[in-house]
Amino acid sequence: MKRWHKLGAGVVFLAAFHCLILFAGFFAPYSYTSRDRRLPFAPPTRLHFFDESGKFHARPFVYDIKDDPAHFGAYLTDTGRRFPIRVFVFGAPYRVAGPFSARVHLFGVDDPGRIFLMGTDAFGRDQFSRFLYGGQISLLAGLIAAFLAISLGMLVGGIAGFYGGWIDNALMRSGELFLALPWLYLLFAVRAALPLQIDSTQVFLLLVAVMGLIGWARPARLIRGVVLSAKERNFVVAARGFGASDSYLLLRHIIPQTGGVVLTQLVLLIPQYILAEVTLTFLGLGVGEPMPSWGTLLASLQQYFILSSYWWMFLPALILMPLFLAYYSAADALQERLKSVSL
Amino acid sequence: MKLLSRRLLHAVLLLLAISFLSFALLQLAPGDYFDEMRLNPQISAQTIEGIRAQYGLDRSLPVRYAFWLFSVLQGKLGFSLSSGMPVGPLLWVRARNTLLLTSTATFLAWALALPIGIWNATKKGKWTDRVTSLATSTLLTIPELLIFLCLLLVAARTGWFPSGGMISPGADGLNALGKAKDLACHLLLPAAGLAMVMMPALIRHIRAAMIEALESPFVRAARGHGIPRVRILFRYALPVAANPLISLAGLSVATLLSASLLVEMILSWPGLGALMVEAILARDVYVVIGVVMLSSMFLIAGNLFADLLLFASDPRIRVE
Repeated sequence: MKRWHKLGAGVVFLAAFHCLILFAGFFAPYSYTSRDRRLPFAPPTRLHFFDESGKFHARPFVYDIKDDPAHFGAYLTDTGRRFPIRVFVFGAPYRVAGPFSARVHLFGVDDPGRIFLMGTDAFGRDQFSRFLYGGQISLLAGLIAAFLAISLGMLVGGIAGFYGGWIDNALMRSGELFLALPWLYLLFAVRAALPLQIDSTQVFLLLVAVMGLIGWARPARLIRGVVLSAKERNFVVAARGFGASDSYLLLRHIIPQTGGVVLTQLVLLIPQYILAEVTLTFLGLGVGEPMPSWGTLLASLQQYFILSSYWWMFLPALILMPLFLAYYSAADALQERLKSVSL
Repeated sequence: MKLLSRRLLHAVLLLLAISFLSFALLQLAPGDYFDEMRLNPQISAQTIEGIRAQYGLDRSLPVRYAFWLFSVLQGKLGFSLSSGMPVGPLLWVRARNTLLLTSTATFLAWALALPIGIWNATKKGKWTDRVTSLATSTLLTIPELLIFLCLLLVAARTGWFPSGGMISPGADGLNALGKAKDLACHLLLPAAGLAMVMMPALIRHIRAAMIEALESPFVRAARGHGIPRVRILFRYALPVAANPLISLAGLSVATLLSASLLVEMILSWPGLGALMVEAILARDVYVVIGVVMLSSMFLIAGNLFADLLLFASDPRIRVE
């Protein structure tokens, strides 16, 4: 019971987080390209419930901010102008699920007020909105790449384990090639083979394909192990005795038995691939501006003055921690469940 | 001996296969080092073709591969176009730096993780154990990128450590001791960062292996005979727990090298990873291949070393 409980909390958090990213346009108050040149490196906007006179407001509000004339690059809050936070406001248009476009945002403030939950970057772009939109790149990259790697691993591992003999040998030996390289180096080597300057969508697709294609070896090994023991089980042998074809045996009896291992591996691989995309983009080899990815958001920290003066630029990396924690604990719970089932 | 020679042969074959694959992949890739020259109107197409011919880039793929293999035997590993010298000497320096960094980090990580892991195994379930497990699981979820950036921030803010590089600009004039001290100062941050990346997994595995060993029947029997606790711990349980840990050490070389690539970039340590990224951006194919080969060689060597250690430490494997 307790195990399920543990899995449940992680899964609920993951579902909520993915929803947030999926509907980034709705949850983000601004679009990822909208800049405010007056406000580069504005700190996160504080939400207030009490105004200057100490009066309580049920609807939280933000104060206007303006340049500090005494210090270059610093900001003062102008307590004279209050902007209450409104829900379901109309703002920049965005796309939902491809063709549909909408203008309703979950929250926002009236012009000329601004609400920056995670501050702004060098161009005065809202980091919070960019984080949400960036998730669409980074999360999607992780998810697709992990699916790709697992499906390849399933195919190779299934065939290798089921047929055995020289097929098994050849497939597993070629898998060893991929395991003999430190995977970040491998990823970089393959990235080196791709042209440097291509447009963002292409880079994204290539990156995902590459990450998925080089990661199949480890899951393939594990799945092969499961298939080896699965094909010896009595009901499989019996089905074979009744004249079941190879493809029927594989699809109907053997692949379903690998489900637990596959799911666990998938959950483990996703955060790894998210990190891989973030790392590549961080080093300038991934998706480029103006498309935000979590890697681009962090890449600005390579500049010394940003690193040392603007703490909110670290926030995107901090938010990744609960996300990874949820993935890892889900994987843990799955693994324990797998153990208790197989015993 | 037979085992060793078989493993060595296997390693060489693996390296050959990797070299051929990476060679083919990178040679077939669109674009090359001369792309930028082609954009320059002052350099004619003939000149570029001339340079390409000079370096043998106009030959067919198998011929180039054969030439490259020959230059590997000479220790040159091809020619780096962007730095105008053979790749070999370029690589050795960087490989030495990476090796220095990773071995220091490995030493640090094991030296800290072993006592902590063993201590937690003996005090299983106590508050120290719970605090450590909380700390390790938190550390596991922190992206490596963030750890390294925070270290850089510490260096930048406090000024206690140099914020990158390997040697201070004025270090040439120092004596041997001063040079070593300077190097150690620069080494500390990246090595600590790498150790922090490695440690959580290490502590967990050491703890788990020790608990399994301590709960096995023969340890209970030894305890029943009245053998002192410390002796049971180090003479009886530790050698048994060492088996999975040695395999882990071999496997963790891969993670270590990947993390080292990142730390080298962020804290500008002049190692293999940094060289790789520079080479990719300059489209310097032979350097990329060289780094790939060398990194996989490290990995294979690490696994081989772990296997030999296992062979030496575990009598069960020797009998087989």
